[in-house]
Amino acid sequence: MAERTKACTACHGDQGRAGPDGYYPRLAGKPAGYLHNQLRNFAQGRRHYELMTRLIDPLTDAYLGDMARYFSSLELPYPKPSANNTISAQRLAKGQQLVTQGDASRGLPACTQCHGVRLTGVQPNVPGLLGLPLDYLNAQLGAWQTGQRKAHAPDCMAEVVKRIPADELIAVSSWLARQALPADTHPAPHPPAGPPLPAALRCGSAPELSSTAGGQP
Amino acid sequence: MKTSRIGWGLACTLLALTAYVVWDNWADAWTTSASTTASQVPHETARPVDNNAQIERGQYLARAGNCVACHSARGAAPMSGGRRIDTPFGAVFSSNLTPDADTGIGTWSTQDFWQALHHGRSKDGRLLTPAFPYNHTSVISRADSDDLLAWLQSLAPVNQPTPPHTLMWPLGTQAALAVWRSLFFSPTPFKPDPAQTAEWNRGAYLVTGLGHCAACHSPRNALGASGAVDDLSGGLMPVVNWYAPDLTRDSETGLATTPLAHIVQLLRTGESGQAQTSGPMAEVVQHGTQHMTEADLHAMAVYLQSRAQKAATAALAHPAPVRAKVSLTVASKGLQIYDRHCAQCHGEQGQGVTTAAGRTAYPAMAGNRAVLLNDPTNLVQMVLYGGYGPATALHPRPFGMPPAVLELDDRDISAVLTHLRTQWGNQASEVTPLQVNRIRAAQGN
Repeated sequence: MAERTKACTACHGDQGRAGPDGYYPRLAGKPAGYLHNQLRNFAQGRRHYELMTRLIDPLTDAYLGDMARYFSSLELPYPKPSANNTISAQRLAKGQQLVTQGDASRGLPACTQCHGVRLTGVQPNVPGLLGLPLDYLNAQLGAWQTGQRKAHAPDCMAEVVKRIPADELIAVSSWLARQALPADTHPAPHPPAGPPLPAALRCGSAPELSSTAGGQP
Repeated sequence: MKTSRIGWGLACTLLALTAYVVWDNWADAWTTSASTTASQVPHETARPVDNNAQIERGQYLARAGNCVACHSARGAAPMSGGRRIDTPFGAVFSSNLTPDADTGIGTWSTQDFWQALHHGRSKDGRLLTPAFPYNHTSVISRADSDDLLAWLQSLAPVNQPTPPHTLMWPLGTQAALAVWRSLFFSPTPFKPDPAQTAEWNRGAYLVTGLGHCAACHSPRNALGASGAVDDLSGGLMPVVNWYAPDLTRDSETGLATTPLAHIVQLLRTGESGQAQTSGPMAEVVQHGTQHMTEADLHAMAVYLQSRAQKAATAALAHPAPVRAKVSLTVASKGLQIYDRHCAQCHGEQGQGVTTAAGRTAYPAMAGNRAVLLNDPTNLVQMVLYGGYGPATALHPRPFGMPPAVLELDDRDISAVLTHLRTQWGNQASEVTPLQVNRIRAAQGN
C-alpha cells in the first residue's frame, strides 16, 4: 500500500505524517472510518479541494477504504505542539473550558464527549484533535462555520460549530494546538461514559455516538 | 433608389434564410408525426414483452454511452442532472433524466425521447444545446432509444430543477441554436456498410453513436462544432484542456498495430501494457466501457483498428517528429528534476516498473506514445495534477502519480518534460514554460 499511496504522501508527508505547511493534515493513526468518510466527503462534494477530488475521482469506494485502513494502521510519533499565536491566558482558559466541559447553557457538549477524554479520537469514526497545526484547526473550524466543509447529514459538527462564536473557536483551537499528546496516542475504543448526544446533535458520520446504549466505558 | 433596392434584397434574403432555419429545425415535428406513428407499429410488435429485460438492456446502453458522467452532479442521485459543464461560451447544466414529472422526464413518451436523441429537441419543441452530443445520439436506433427510456423510467424520480444555462447572449437563445444547427447538425442515423462484417458494423455503431467518441476525439471549430460522427482525427478538449489523441494515427494511439486483445483490455481495465487511460478517458472507462461485453468491446476494437489501418499510409505523409535541440541549462535542469522526482518510479532509463503479476505499475517513459505526442497538454496535466488510473473490476487498485503543482514551477516542469521527450531514443519537441503556464492558468492555479 505504501507504493499505492505515493500520490497521497507527496502532500501529506512520508507515511502520512502531515505536510510541512500545516494545510495537509496527518493521516497516520487516525481512525479508519474517519479517514474513509473524509475521502467520501471529497468524492461526494461535502469537502472541497480540487487536487484531492481529481486524485480520488477515478477510484472505487472499496479502494478508498483500503487506503483509509492503511494510513490508520501506521504508528508514527507525533510532533511537539508548535502553536505560538498571541492569546491571553483568560482566553486560553476559556478554550480549555469549552473543550473539556462544553457549555450546557448553549447546549454545547464538551469536545471530549465525542473525541475522547484524551482527545485522541474514538474508534471507528471520530478523529483526535491533538497534534494538529493551529492553521489547520482554524481552517477546518472556519470552513464548518461557513458551510464550506460538511459531513454526512445530520452534520453534528456543523451544529456544534454554529453555537460557538469565532473568537471562542480561536480560543478552542489555540488551546488544542498547545497540548502535547498523552502517552497513549491511540484513539479510544469506545466513547467516554455519559449521556448520549441530544437528538439535535446526531452525527451522520458517527451514528454510534447517538445510539441509546451511549457511552460505554 | 439603389440603396432601397439593396435593402429590399437583404430583407428578402434574411426572411428566406429565417424561413429556411425554422423549417430546418422544426419541420419534421409537423410533417412526420403520422409517418413515425406508422413506423412504430411494426416496431412495437417486434419488441420482446419482458419489461425487465428491456430495462436491463437500457441500463447497458446508458453505460455504453456514459450518460451518467454528464447527467449527475457530484454527490447527487445518478441521472438527476444539474452537473455544470463549462464551455468556451459559458456554462450549461445537464438535464434531470429521472422520471420526475415536474423536473425530469416522467411524462415523456418514447416518441418524445426519440425526438431528443434523434433531433436534439426537447418534448416541448425547445432546441437543446449541443453540449448534449445529439449528432451522436442521432445515430442510435429507435429500439435502443426505447430501451434507454425504459431504464430511465425505472429509476427513482428525483425532484431537482435544472439550473438555467449561463451562456453568453445570444448563444443560448433558440434563434442562435437554430442557426447553429442549420450550419452544423442534421441527424445521421446509422447506415451499415455492406462491404464490412457484422462485427465491424456493430463497432461503428457503438463508436459513432452511444460511445460518442468523436465528441472528444475530433477537432472543434470556432463555434464549438465537432467533426462528423466518424471523424476520429483527435482534438484538444476546450476548457478541461486534455488532448484526445488522433485515433486514426498509429503514432498517437497504436491502434493500427496493437493486438485487438490489448485494445479490449484498455477499454475494459483502464490499462494494457504500455497504455494507460487518464483524465476524461479514465472517466469513460470507469463509468462506461468497463461495463461493456467482451463482444461489444471487440467490435469497437475491430472498427477502430480498421480505421487506423486505413489511415496509416496517409499518416506517413506527416513529417517525422524532430528531436528538439535543447539548451544546456534546460537539459541539466531537466535531468536534475527527473532524478529527484521521477526516476524512483519511472526508472533511471525511463524503463518503468512492472508488478510481479506482469501489470504496469509505473509506465515506461522511453518509447511511450503519450510522452511523444506532438501536443504536450496531457503530459503537463499529469505532472501538474498527478492522478490515478480508473479503478475497475479487473484492475481494482491502480497505482497513482503525485501532483507536482505545489512543488515545481513552470520552468521546472517544462525542463523535465523536455528531458522525457529527448532521452532514451525519444524524439519529440521541447516543452516551453509558456505551454505549461497556459494550462496551469486555465485550471486556475
